[in-house]
Amino acid sequence: MNAAAPTAGPLVPEARAGRDARADALFRGLVTTAGIFVLLALVGAALSMAWGGREAFARFGFGFFTSSTWDVGAGEFGALVPIFGTVVTATIALAIAVPVSFGIALFLTEVAPPWLRTPVASAIELLAGIPSIIYGMWGLFVLAPYLGEHVYPWVDEHLGKLPVVGAFFAGPPLGIGMLTAGLVLAVMVIPFIASVMREVFLTVPTRLKESAYALGSTTWEVVWDIVLPYTRSAVIGGIFLGLGRALGETMAVTFVIGNAYAVSASLLEPGTSIASAIANEFAEAVDPLHRSALLALGFVLFLLTFVVLVIARLMLRQLKRREGT
Amino acid sequence: MLNSIKLRIAALALGATLAANAQATDVTGAGASFIFPVMTKWSADYAKASGNKVNYQSIGSGGGIAQIKAGTVDFGSSDAPLPPDELAAAGLAQFPSAIGGVVPVVTLAGVAPGQLRLTGPVLADIFLGKLTKWNDPAIAALNPELKLPEQRITVVHRSDGSGTTFNFVNYLAKVSPEWKQKPGEGTTVVWPTGIGGKGNEGVAAYVKQIKGGIGYVELSYALQNKMSYVSMQNAAGKWVQPNDESFAAAAASADWKSAQDFHLVMTNAPGDASWPIAATNFILVYKQPKDAARGKAVTDFFTWVYANGREQATALHYVPLPEALVAQIEAYWAANIK
Repeated sequence: MNAAAPTAGPLVPEARAGRDARADALFRGLVTTAGIFVLLALVGAALSMAWGGREAFARFGFGFFTSSTWDVGAGEFGALVPIFGTVVTATIALAIAVPVSFGIALFLTEVAPPWLRTPVASAIELLAGIPSIIYGMWGLFVLAPYLGEHVYPWVDEHLGKLPVVGAFFAGPPLGIGMLTAGLVLAVMVIPFIASVMREVFLTVPTRLKESAYALGSTTWEVVWDIVLPYTRSAVIGGIFLGLGRALGETMAVTFVIGNAYAVSASLLEPGTSIASAIANEFAEAVDPLHRSALLALGFVLFLLTFVVLVIARLMLRQLKRREGT
Repeated sequence: MLNSIKLRIAALALGATLAANAQATDVTGAGASFIFPVMTKWSADYAKASGNKVNYQSIGSGGGIAQIKAGTVDFGSSDAPLPPDELAAAGLAQFPSAIGGVVPVVTLAGVAPGQLRLTGPVLADIFLGKLTKWNDPAIAALNPELKLPEQRITVVHRSDGSGTTFNFVNYLAKVSPEWKQKPGEGTTVVWPTGIGGKGNEGVAAYVKQIKGGIGYVELSYALQNKMSYVSMQNAAGKWVQPNDESFAAAAASADWKSAQDFHLVMTNAPGDASWPIAATNFILVYKQPKDAARGKAVTDFFTWVYANGREQATALHYVPLPEALVAQIEAYWAANIK
């Protein structure tokens, strides 16, 4: 438009300035609306869940967070078991996904031959696009039977007898339970974390790395002392993106977690998560208090995710300040 | 010439569509997933026969009750009958649509379908978590010819609220005083033990995978998945297998005549051949529908179903209603639905 204006001739400068100003104002208005829309959607979702759950919050008060009773018939609801299951499965998922994703990203940026990098990177992005119900079916029909048959009996037999950590691994080898849910979640969040890590590792200036290599560093030293400090904040951002997904995942977890309202130290035992409890019960929640308790659960999940994001932001700010960038 | 023919064809087609629109009253129903397979078949065949469409959404019994009370559908459907006072308060009428059965299924090495025998009280003790090993004397005594392994029993139940659970725990409460006291009855209960699968397919998948697992599903899921169903002792003390005949026997022996608004749960039915955990699906409609034509369209559909939908039901392992019951339902319509 601007480039074409001088050759068009008759356009008077003042008129053009006026039109540009109008276009600018329109553009600003449009993008502001888009920005406000996100905020409104966020606040609206949070408020409507809190409002829907007001009956449960009013009835049970703070006890809603500390009670492990979930009795639909008696109308008593406590969120401790689903909160516990959500946190445990997401923690297992991250404990596995972070190192593996780190390995994938390093392999793709530092180690792999160039002809291999693009296909593997595309494969990771494809993995990220698989619907969660497919992961759930894979978890239920392939992974769970395999773990129950070949892996968990061994885990129960050997790890279950260890002091201290033994309690986590002693239990019936059903193949279904919190550990399986955590494993499926790990597979689901790896593509997210790995692709973010790969992208940011690529932004490290080659001359920094080459200088380090020239000084005699090993690949590991380059990664640990050059690549990671340079990209730390973005890497943490990627990890929290994965954590957010692990906390809120519904279908895949519902398939393999076992859906039992029990808090157990053993990771082999079944449990339940916030999202899977809602998915299981919402359709049949006829009693208003039950429905309200489920909406309140949704609000708790919202809070949990929000707290995680705030922590991520604070960590990033802290790191940035220390780096002085 | 050609153009005028085209025009005439177009006019004919338009006329036909208009006529169809004028006649057809599309009705919408929602509720129990239990009858969804046969409902789909019925509505497809009914559309072919009459030109009227019936759109049924499988959203669960609780959802069906909520939707009809909110007046967003023309009929609701539930696997648990509503008591007459609740029906009266909402201005609803209720009648059965089809009969099926809930079947305990197990995964035990060397146990073929129908071989394992259980009584109601033993089944209740298993689901209470009181019996924990398959070679428990209480189970072994019922199965002298089977070699039961010393294997942990893993109970699998539904994790979602469901009419299947309603009928199953209603039966357990009838045969076990301890079950009646706690966990009790409902579309979902606080399970003393076990893991939860979502939907019939979820329970079937868990039971199939877990050696020593026991759960409960509708017969068609047990047959489709080639699972080991259990032979049960019924109220008359006879051993029965779950199949169309034993479900039909339960339906025939139930005392529908004295059930107001058909409020009857058919579990633990009397009669030598009756399956003890037979289940009925119920349809809910308004006694005075806002749109009388749509109300009539619903009863027209079920009149057609009772008369012409029997084969489709049998093919999908449902039991069509006995003739006497159909006559009673039609009399009930005449008396109650305006």
